[in-house]
Amino acid sequence: MSTRMVEVRAKVMKQNDLLARALRERFRKEGTCVVGLVSSPGSGKTAFLEKLLAGLAVDSRVAALVGDLATENDAARLRRATPNVRQITTGTVCHLDAQMVEKALESWQLDRIDFLFIENVGNLVCPSSYDLGEELRFVLLSATEGEDKPLKYPTIFNSSDVAIITKMDLAQAAEFDLAAARRNIESVRPGMQVFEVSAKTGAGMQAVFDLLHAQLARARQPQLAATR
Amino acid sequence: MHELSIAISMIDQILEESDSRGGLDVEVVHLRLGVFSGVDKDALSFAYELACEGSALEGSRLEIETVPLVIYCAVCQKDRTPPSVYQLSCPDCGSPGQKIVTGKEIEVASLEIVA
Repeated sequence: MSTRMVEVRAKVMKQNDLLARALRERFRKEGTCVVGLVSSPGSGKTAFLEKLLAGLAVDSRVAALVGDLATENDAARLRRATPNVRQITTGTVCHLDAQMVEKALESWQLDRIDFLFIENVGNLVCPSSYDLGEELRFVLLSATEGEDKPLKYPTIFNSSDVAIITKMDLAQAAEFDLAAARRNIESVRPGMQVFEVSAKTGAGMQAVFDLLHAQLARARQPQLAATR
Repeated sequence: MHELSIAISMIDQILEESDSRGGLDVEVVHLRLGVFSGVDKDALSFAYELACEGSALEGSRLEIETVPLVIYCAVCQKDRTPPSVYQLSCPDCGSPGQKIVTGKEIEVASLEIVA
Protein backbone atom coordinates (compact mmCIF):
# COMPACT_ATOMS: atom_id res chain seq x y z
CA MET A 1 0.00 0.00 0.00
CA SER A 2 1.48 3.33 -1.00
CA THR A 3 0.71 6.81 0.17
CA ARG A 4 0.71 10.13 -1.62
CA MET A 5 0.79 13.72 -0.48
CA VAL A 6 -2.00 16.19 -1.07
CA GLU A 7 -1.21 19.87 -0.64
CA VAL A 8 -3.90 21.64 1.34
CA ARG A 9 -2.57 24.84 2.91
CA ALA A 10 -5.79 25.53 4.80
CA LYS A 11 -5.86 28.05 7.63
CA VAL A 12 -7.56 26.38 10.57
CA MET A 13 -9.00 29.65 11.87
CA LYS A 14 -10.36 30.58 8.44
CA GLN A 15 -14.02 30.36 9.35
CA ASN A 16 -13.63 32.52 12.43
CA ASP A 17 -11.39 34.98 10.60
CA LEU A 18 -13.86 35.38 7.72
CA LEU A 19 -16.73 35.96 10.10
CA ALA A 20 -14.66 38.43 12.15
CA ARG A 21 -13.77 40.31 8.99
CA ALA A 22 -17.45 40.52 8.01
CA LEU A 23 -18.30 41.81 11.49
CA ARG A 24 -15.54 44.43 11.30
CA GLU A 25 -16.90 45.66 7.97
CA ARG A 26 -20.39 45.80 9.42
CA PHE A 27 -19.21 47.78 12.48
CA ARG A 28 -17.41 50.25 10.22
CA LYS A 29 -20.40 50.66 7.95
CA GLU A 30 -22.72 51.30 10.89
CA GLY A 31 -20.21 53.69 12.49
CA THR A 32 -19.88 51.71 15.73
CA CYS A 33 -16.54 51.80 17.52
CA VAL A 34 -16.01 48.28 18.84
CA VAL A 35 -13.48 47.52 21.56
CA GLY A 36 -12.57 44.07 22.88
CA LEU A 37 -11.34 43.59 26.45
CA VAL A 38 -9.10 40.69 27.45
CA SER A 39 -7.33 39.92 30.71
CA SER A 40 -6.84 37.28 33.35
CA PRO A 41 -9.76 36.60 35.71
CA GLY A 42 -10.00 39.16 38.48
CA SER A 43 -7.90 41.87 36.85
CA GLY A 44 -10.77 44.34 37.05
CA LYS A 45 -12.28 44.12 33.56
CA THR A 46 -15.83 44.56 34.75
CA ALA A 47 -15.06 47.43 37.14
CA PHE A 48 -13.12 49.18 34.37
CA LEU A 49 -15.94 48.58 31.92
CA GLU A 50 -18.52 49.90 34.40
CA LYS A 51 -16.54 53.14 34.58
CA LEU A 52 -16.14 53.28 30.82
CA LEU A 53 -19.84 52.78 30.17
CA ALA A 54 -20.90 55.31 32.79
CA GLY A 55 -18.41 57.91 31.60
CA LEU A 56 -19.14 57.52 27.90
CA ALA A 57 -22.93 57.30 28.37
CA VAL A 58 -22.96 61.01 29.28
CA ASP A 59 -22.76 62.01 25.64
CA SER A 60 -22.65 58.74 23.67
CA ARG A 61 -24.74 55.64 23.10
CA VAL A 62 -23.01 52.63 24.62
CA ALA A 63 -23.51 48.88 24.72
CA ALA A 64 -21.64 45.83 25.94
CA LEU A 65 -21.39 42.10 25.46
CA VAL A 66 -19.87 40.18 28.34
CA GLY A 67 -18.52 36.67 28.15
CA ASP A 68 -18.29 34.29 31.08
CA LEU A 69 -18.41 30.56 31.53
CA ALA A 70 -21.42 30.90 33.82
CA THR A 71 -23.66 33.41 35.64
CA GLU A 72 -25.25 36.69 34.61
CA ASN A 73 -23.51 38.59 37.40
CA ASP A 74 -21.35 40.81 35.20
CA ALA A 75 -24.25 41.81 32.96
CA ALA A 76 -26.30 42.75 36.02
CA ARG A 77 -23.44 44.96 37.26
CA LEU A 78 -23.00 46.66 33.91
CA ARG A 79 -26.72 47.31 33.47
CA ARG A 80 -26.43 49.94 36.17
CA ALA A 81 -24.69 52.05 33.51
CA THR A 82 -26.72 51.09 30.43
CA PRO A 83 -29.60 48.73 29.64
CA ASN A 84 -27.80 47.66 26.47
CA VAL A 85 -25.88 44.77 27.96
CA ARG A 86 -25.98 41.16 26.93
CA GLN A 87 -24.27 38.28 28.65
CA ILE A 88 -22.72 35.56 26.54
CA THR A 89 -22.53 32.42 28.65
CA THR A 90 -20.06 30.10 27.02
CA GLY A 91 -20.64 27.02 29.18
CA THR A 92 -17.29 25.28 29.18
CA VAL A 93 -15.67 27.29 26.41
CA CYS A 94 -12.76 29.44 27.58
CA HIS A 95 -13.01 32.21 24.99
CA LEU A 96 -15.45 34.10 22.78
CA ASP A 97 -15.45 33.55 19.04
CA ALA A 98 -16.82 35.61 16.17
CA GLN A 99 -19.91 33.46 15.85
CA MET A 100 -20.90 33.99 19.49
CA VAL A 101 -20.51 37.73 18.99
CA GLU A 102 -22.59 37.73 15.83
CA LYS A 103 -25.34 35.76 17.53
CA ALA A 104 -25.34 38.01 20.61
CA LEU A 105 -25.80 41.09 18.40
CA GLU A 106 -29.08 39.81 16.99
CA SER A 107 -31.77 42.50 16.72
CA TRP A 108 -29.48 45.26 17.97
CA GLN A 109 -29.43 48.29 15.73
CA LEU A 110 -25.75 49.03 15.50
CA ASP A 111 -26.27 52.41 13.83
CA ARG A 112 -27.76 53.51 17.15
CA ILE A 113 -24.68 52.49 19.11
CA ASP A 114 -21.53 54.62 19.26
CA PHE A 115 -19.39 52.37 21.42
CA LEU A 116 -19.73 48.64 21.79
CA PHE A 117 -17.50 46.78 24.24
CA ILE A 118 -16.91 43.06 24.12
CA GLU A 119 -15.60 41.72 27.41
CA ASN A 120 -13.98 38.37 26.80
CA VAL A 121 -13.84 35.46 29.22
CA GLY A 122 -11.10 36.06 31.82
CA ASN A 123 -8.22 34.18 30.23
CA LEU A 124 -4.82 35.26 28.91
CA VAL A 125 -4.29 32.31 26.59
CA CYS A 126 -7.21 31.21 24.48
CA PRO A 127 -8.76 34.53 23.37
CA SER A 128 -5.56 35.43 21.52
CA SER A 129 -6.38 33.00 18.70
CA TYR A 130 -9.85 34.42 18.03
CA ASP A 131 -10.46 37.65 16.15
CA LEU A 132 -13.87 39.06 17.13
CA GLY A 133 -13.99 41.83 14.55
CA GLU A 134 -13.20 44.53 17.08
CA GLU A 135 -11.48 47.73 15.97
CA LEU A 136 -9.30 47.90 19.07
CA ARG A 137 -8.36 45.29 21.60
CA PHE A 138 -7.50 46.35 25.13
CA VAL A 139 -5.46 43.98 27.27
CA LEU A 140 -5.77 44.65 30.99
CA LEU A 141 -3.10 44.00 33.56
CA SER A 142 -3.74 44.82 37.20
CA ALA A 143 -1.11 46.29 39.49
CA THR A 144 -1.72 43.41 41.90
CA GLU A 145 -0.87 40.71 39.33
CA GLY A 146 2.81 41.45 39.01
CA GLU A 147 4.78 43.20 36.32
CA ASP A 148 5.95 40.08 34.46
CA LYS A 149 2.52 39.03 33.12
CA PRO A 150 3.32 40.39 29.63
CA LEU A 151 6.42 38.18 29.41
CA LYS A 152 4.49 35.13 30.55
CA TYR A 153 1.65 35.70 28.09
CA PRO A 154 3.32 37.40 25.11
CA THR A 155 0.77 36.21 22.55
CA ILE A 156 -2.24 37.92 24.08
CA PHE A 157 -0.31 41.14 24.65
CA ASN A 158 0.94 41.06 21.10
CA SER A 159 -2.54 40.44 19.69
CA SER A 160 -3.84 43.55 21.52
CA ASP A 161 -3.61 47.22 20.54
CA VAL A 162 -3.65 49.02 23.87
CA ALA A 163 -2.55 47.97 27.38
CA ILE A 164 -4.47 49.18 30.42
CA ILE A 165 -2.84 48.86 33.81
CA THR A 166 -5.70 48.66 36.31
CA LYS A 167 -5.98 48.97 40.11
CA MET A 168 -3.28 51.65 40.19
CA ASP A 169 -4.70 52.74 43.55
CA LEU A 170 -3.24 49.49 44.94
CA ALA A 171 0.13 49.80 43.18
CA GLN A 172 2.03 51.02 46.18
CA ALA A 173 0.63 48.44 48.59
CA ALA A 174 1.42 45.67 46.08
CA GLU A 175 4.92 47.09 45.47
CA PHE A 176 4.13 47.16 41.80
CA ASP A 177 7.10 48.11 39.63
CA LEU A 178 5.46 50.31 36.99
CA ALA A 179 8.65 50.94 35.02
CA ALA A 180 9.29 47.19 34.74
CA ALA A 181 5.70 46.56 33.66
CA ARG A 182 6.00 49.18 30.93
CA ARG A 183 9.34 47.73 29.83
CA ASN A 184 7.84 44.23 29.64
CA ILE A 185 4.87 45.42 27.60
CA GLU A 186 7.22 47.21 25.21
CA SER A 187 9.27 44.02 24.91
CA VAL A 188 6.36 41.84 23.73
CA ARG A 189 4.49 44.51 21.77
CA PRO A 190 6.84 47.31 20.72
CA GLY A 191 5.14 50.67 20.41
CA MET A 192 2.03 49.68 22.36
CA GLN A 193 0.12 52.50 24.03
CA VAL A 194 -0.17 52.04 27.79
CA PHE A 195 -2.69 53.65 30.15
CA GLU A 196 -2.64 53.55 33.94
CA VAL A 197 -6.03 53.69 35.58
CA SER A 198 -7.93 53.16 38.77
CA ALA A 199 -11.57 52.32 38.19
CA LYS A 200 -12.09 52.87 41.91
CA THR A 201 -10.85 56.47 42.09
CA GLY A 202 -11.40 57.29 38.42
CA ALA A 203 -7.75 58.29 38.03
CA GLY A 204 -6.48 57.98 34.47
CA MET A 205 -9.91 57.26 32.97
CA GLN A 206 -10.14 60.56 31.11
CA ALA A 207 -7.19 59.62 28.90
CA VAL A 208 -9.02 56.42 27.89
CA PHE A 209 -12.23 58.37 27.12
CA ASP A 210 -10.17 60.74 24.95
CA LEU A 211 -8.62 57.83 23.08
CA LEU A 212 -12.04 56.30 22.42
CA HIS A 213 -13.60 59.57 21.27
CA ALA A 214 -10.69 60.13 18.92
CA GLN A 215 -11.07 56.60 17.59
CA LEU A 216 -14.79 57.11 16.98
CA ALA A 217 -14.19 60.42 15.22
CA ARG A 218 -11.58 58.79 13.01
CA ALA A 219 -13.86 55.87 12.24
CA ARG A 220 -16.63 58.19 11.12
CA GLN A 221 -14.50 60.50 9.05
CA PRO A 222 -14.57 58.52 5.79
CA GLN A 223 -18.34 58.36 6.03
CA LEU A 224 -18.57 62.12 6.33
CA ALA A 225 -16.29 62.48 3.35
CA ALA A 226 -18.44 60.05 1.38
CA THR A 227 -21.68 61.89 2.08
CA ARG A 228 -20.24 65.28 1.20
CA MET B 1 -7.75 25.07 26.93
CA HIS B 2 -9.07 25.98 23.51
CA GLU B 3 -7.09 23.28 21.69
CA LEU B 4 -10.17 21.07 21.51
CA SER B 5 -12.11 23.80 19.67
CA ILE B 6 -9.13 24.23 17.34
CA ALA B 7 -8.88 20.47 16.75
CA ILE B 8 -12.58 20.31 15.88
CA SER B 9 -12.29 23.19 13.38
CA MET B 10 -9.27 21.49 11.91
CA ILE B 11 -11.04 18.16 11.49
CA ASP B 12 -14.06 19.86 9.91
CA GLN B 13 -11.76 21.51 7.41
CA ILE B 14 -9.92 18.30 6.56
CA LEU B 15 -13.18 16.42 6.09
CA GLU B 16 -14.47 19.18 3.84
CA GLU B 17 -11.28 18.99 1.81
CA SER B 18 -11.62 15.22 1.67
CA ASP B 19 -15.25 15.39 0.52
CA SER B 20 -14.40 17.89 -2.21
CA ARG B 21 -11.90 15.35 -3.56
CA GLY B 22 -14.32 12.46 -3.45
CA GLY B 23 -13.30 11.10 -0.03
CA LEU B 24 -9.69 10.58 1.02
CA ASP B 25 -8.25 7.88 3.21
CA VAL B 26 -6.09 10.15 5.37
CA GLU B 27 -3.14 8.58 7.10
CA VAL B 28 -1.16 11.60 8.24
CA VAL B 29 -2.12 15.26 8.68
CA HIS B 30 0.73 17.75 8.47
CA LEU B 31 0.08 20.90 10.45
CA ARG B 32 2.23 24.02 10.61
CA LEU B 33 1.95 25.59 14.04
CA GLY B 34 3.55 28.91 14.92
CA VAL B 35 5.15 29.35 18.33
CA PHE B 36 3.20 32.60 18.57
CA SER B 37 -0.18 31.13 17.60
CA GLY B 38 -1.39 30.81 21.17
CA VAL B 39 -1.91 27.08 20.65
CA ASP B 40 -0.04 24.45 22.64
CA LYS B 41 1.42 21.65 20.56
CA ASP B 42 0.99 18.80 23.05
CA ALA B 43 -2.51 19.86 24.05
CA LEU B 44 -3.47 20.03 20.38
CA SER B 45 -2.10 16.53 19.67
CA PHE B 46 -4.07 15.19 22.61
CA ALA B 47 -7.24 17.02 21.57
CA TYR B 48 -6.87 15.87 17.97
CA GLU B 49 -6.92 12.24 18.92
CA LEU B 50 -10.02 12.72 21.05
CA ALA B 51 -11.83 14.77 18.45
CA CYS B 52 -11.09 12.25 15.68
CA GLU B 53 -12.89 9.44 17.44
CA GLY B 54 -15.89 8.28 15.45
CA SER B 55 -15.01 10.42 12.43
CA ALA B 56 -13.49 9.40 9.11
CA LEU B 57 -10.16 10.60 10.47
CA GLU B 58 -10.08 8.15 13.36
CA GLY B 59 -6.70 6.42 13.41
CA SER B 60 -4.99 9.19 11.44
CA ARG B 61 -1.80 10.72 12.79
CA LEU B 62 -1.15 14.40 13.39
CA GLU B 63 2.35 15.64 12.65
CA ILE B 64 3.08 19.13 13.81
CA GLU B 65 5.84 21.25 12.33
CA THR B 66 6.75 24.12 14.63
CA VAL B 67 7.11 27.45 12.84
CA PRO B 68 9.54 29.81 14.58
CA LEU B 69 8.88 33.43 15.39
CA VAL B 70 10.40 35.73 12.77
CA ILE B 71 10.08 39.50 12.84
CA TYR B 72 10.98 42.14 10.28
CA CYS B 73 13.62 44.59 11.40
CA ALA B 74 12.90 47.94 9.80
CA VAL B 75 16.42 49.17 10.57
CA CYS B 76 18.35 46.20 9.13
CA GLN B 77 15.60 45.78 6.52
CA LYS B 78 15.74 42.05 7.03
CA ASP B 79 13.76 39.22 8.57
CA ARG B 80 15.21 38.35 11.96
CA THR B 81 14.72 35.75 14.66
CA PRO B 82 14.14 37.56 17.98
CA PRO B 83 15.98 36.35 21.11
CA SER B 84 12.74 34.91 22.54
CA VAL B 85 8.96 35.01 22.17
CA TYR B 86 8.84 37.65 24.89
CA GLN B 87 11.48 39.91 23.44
CA LEU B 88 10.41 41.09 20.03
CA SER B 89 13.55 42.90 18.99
CA CYS B 90 16.29 42.49 16.40
CA PRO B 91 19.13 40.26 17.68
CA ASP B 92 21.65 42.38 15.77
CA CYS B 93 20.73 46.02 16.22
CA GLY B 94 18.25 45.70 19.11
CA SER B 95 15.48 47.65 17.36
CA PRO B 96 11.95 46.67 18.34
CA GLY B 97 10.22 44.54 15.72
CA GLN B 98 6.62 45.54 15.19
CA LYS B 99 5.95 43.31 12.22
CA ILE B 100 5.61 39.57 12.65
CA VAL B 101 6.63 37.61 9.55
CA THR B 102 6.03 34.06 10.78
CA GLY B 103 5.02 32.43 14.04
CA LYS B 104 1.25 32.86 14.09
CA GLU B 105 0.39 30.01 11.70
CA ILE B 106 -2.24 27.38 12.44
CA GLU B 107 -2.36 25.79 9.04
CA VAL B 108 -3.01 22.35 7.60
CA ALA B 109 -0.15 22.10 5.13
CA SER B 110 -0.75 18.72 3.52
CA LEU B 111 -2.32 15.31 3.90
CA GLU B 112 -0.74 11.94 3.37
CA ILE B 113 -3.34 9.66 1.88
CA VAL B 114 -3.48 6.01 1.04
CA ALA B 115 -3.31 5.85 -2.72
